[in-house]
Amino acid sequence: MSKLYSGAEIVFKCLEDQDVSNIFGYPGGAVLPIYDELKNFKSIKHILVRHEQGAGHAAEGYARSTGKAGVLLVTSGPGATNAVTALTDAYMDSVPLVCITGQVPTHLIGTDAFQECDTTGITRPCTKHNWLVKDIKDLAHVIHKAFEVATTGRPGPVLVDIPKDIQFQKTAYKKYKKQKKINGKSHNNFSQENIDDLIHLITKSSKPIFYTGGGVINSGPKASELLREFVHATGFPITTTLQGLGSFPADDGQFLGMLGMHGTYEANNAMYECDLMINIGARFDDRITGKIDEFSPKSKKVHIDIDPSSINKNVKVDLAIVGDVKSVITSAIKSLKKKKSNFVKSNKQKTSKWWEKIQKWRSKRSLDYIGSEETIKPQYAIERLYELTKDKDAYITTEVGQHQMWAAQHYKFNKPNRWMTSGGLGTMGYGLPAAVGVQVAHPNKLVIDIAGEASVLMTMQEMSTAVQYGLPIKIFILNNEYMGMVRQWQELLHDKNYSESYTAALPDFVKLAEAYGCVGLRAKTPEELDDKIIEMLNTDRPVIFDCMVDKQENCFPMIPSGKPHNQMLLGPKDQKEKKITGKGKTLV
Amino acid sequence: MANTKSAYSFAGKKQKLDTHIIVVWVDNEAGVLARVVGLFSGRGYNIESLAVAEIDQKLNISRITIVTTGTPQVIDQIKLQLKKLVPVHKVADFKREDNNVIFKEMALFKIVGSKNKLEKAFKACKKYNAVLLDKTNKSNVIQITALRREIDNMVQNLKKFGLVSVSRTGAVAMTRGAEVFK
Repeated sequence: MSKLYSGAEIVFKCLEDQDVSNIFGYPGGAVLPIYDELKNFKSIKHILVRHEQGAGHAAEGYARSTGKAGVLLVTSGPGATNAVTALTDAYMDSVPLVCITGQVPTHLIGTDAFQECDTTGITRPCTKHNWLVKDIKDLAHVIHKAFEVATTGRPGPVLVDIPKDIQFQKTAYKKYKKQKKINGKSHNNFSQENIDDLIHLITKSSKPIFYTGGGVINSGPKASELLREFVHATGFPITTTLQGLGSFPADDGQFLGMLGMHGTYEANNAMYECDLMINIGARFDDRITGKIDEFSPKSKKVHIDIDPSSINKNVKVDLAIVGDVKSVITSAIKSLKKKKSNFVKSNKQKTSKWWEKIQKWRSKRSLDYIGSEETIKPQYAIERLYELTKDKDAYITTEVGQHQMWAAQHYKFNKPNRWMTSGGLGTMGYGLPAAVGVQVAHPNKLVIDIAGEASVLMTMQEMSTAVQYGLPIKIFILNNEYMGMVRQWQELLHDKNYSESYTAALPDFVKLAEAYGCVGLRAKTPEELDDKIIEMLNTDRPVIFDCMVDKQENCFPMIPSGKPHNQMLLGPKDQKEKKITGKGKTLV
Repeated sequence: MANTKSAYSFAGKKQKLDTHIIVVWVDNEAGVLARVVGLFSGRGYNIESLAVAEIDQKLNISRITIVTTGTPQVIDQIKLQLKKLVPVHKVADFKREDNNVIFKEMALFKIVGSKNKLEKAFKACKKYNAVLLDKTNKSNVIQITALRREIDNMVQNLKKFGLVSVSRTGAVAMTRGAEVFK
């Protein structure tokens, strides 16, 4: 008879077979048997967080920076409910997570037992799938299936709820063999005909644009390489979404920057005016499209996506290609080369006028801002941070708000998996724990959380985690004492009624850093900024950097809500030069 | 343009709604109905009626029939979102007007009244495959199978004959002819 293993042992056996080396978690009554087994599985390192939401975001940071599934282990009841924000965040941004939760023993389920909650019920709408394991014989199969669901197709979070009695029960364990293409639902669902249609549209277009998103990054680093090849083979301009940053090198001449609500003037105008839009792995989010009725009115739209339900959800497209980005681009490059051997050269003439137009938009320099000698402009702080870290292959996480947009605009990414931000859900407090997860995955790399003072306070407790495990994350706070993005909207739309957007009693971040046992730094003037940043980079410990920035600065350019792409608000510099005020701020 | 005062855009034009019957084959496991129904409520889709039962005990398959209304775009989304659920095997979609599909709902009526009224009630039901399931001196339980609106009408008609209680199912559907939906 084969050896019998307890449910708790099987959990770790499965994790071992899935090559999991780190898990993030927090113990509690209903997961104690699993925690008891931890000592017997040396290949799996557990990171003790300070709050289950932190475990979730750390696992997200781990997953996004490695491409592997992030794993978290939490207890029943509050453990599970605290993880819900992170699960929803991962669901919105397609991050593969496996969340293992303890549950009260099966005979107590439904009795309102201590720390009981309907975990599978609560997490049903924010996971790809979840399971309540009621029979020890199902456990191994369910956990392996959970990894498969989380990582195949459009990635996302899954949850396995394991009652405490199941963790004690014993059964046999068969070693898991990873099968290829186990998922019955095939993800590549396109034909050569689709590809030929795409190539036909490409050869016909005189005003084309690539619009690419997080799907490229989720398809693996190879997909980003192929995207580069494809874009260079066409000579077309490219813009990426917030989640797509890094999928195409930001310093490439064909890159127009990010698009959308706080995207560049050239990217948004090109989206409006184009005659061919090739969407690769993006989902026509409302922050991207603006007013949907006036979204890119003159273009043929192609949508390449692994998730069929993303197609025609928000914007009706002319050509849908359902498949993995990597496979689709591979086929497209092959077909393009076959059909037109030197397409870039032969097509140059056709798109030259388009490029001229783009250059004109570019010359607006929409990301420019009015510099200052006295106060640190937040954009300047990001610029300096970029200049001083660009050769260090840094990993950047962010919180949510103005600082996030400034980071997206002014920090230039040339590689995928270097940029971790909460886009879909917009979770304040994401960046600090995410940085913890990234640093766990890449112990020798530079990991910076570009933060706002309001966001970072939401998950500040995870500094304690960073200190415990010697994770030298850098928390770079753009401190303007306001919930900046809230204040910006109030300024624009609510007659400057700054209702509850000012934080009157902020902690002293330098002292706070010291209290946590890490290093606190503060910069107040542009003069001292560089030195302080260098000091931060030279510190081999966790750092909280309190960067006191201009309190009034707003994030431009901007598409106000309910407006199309060609009606952007530009920054104060442009407004000043043109002496446009009031209603005229909206450029037509 | 009016100041929208919103971080979101306004809803576009209202489009015409069609009625569709969506048939979903699922693994009969705990929570599967909640997944399907939760998808509808979470994404703001309608459910007009719902019928669900296991149809294959060996393979453990249930068949869920949902009557819903939506714009063509919404109906497409419903199908695609349903197909993403792990326990869902296949999804069929029929238009209410489709002549190649049979739709049926069942209703039970309890009539209490004089002999004369009971007879009239049963007579009125006859065109809808009426079956007399229970009979006493002053009451009848009648079963009919018909379309939703026909049953609606019968409920109105039978009131004058002493209808005291109605119980009805959601619609179930099946294609005509020898073909089976794959």
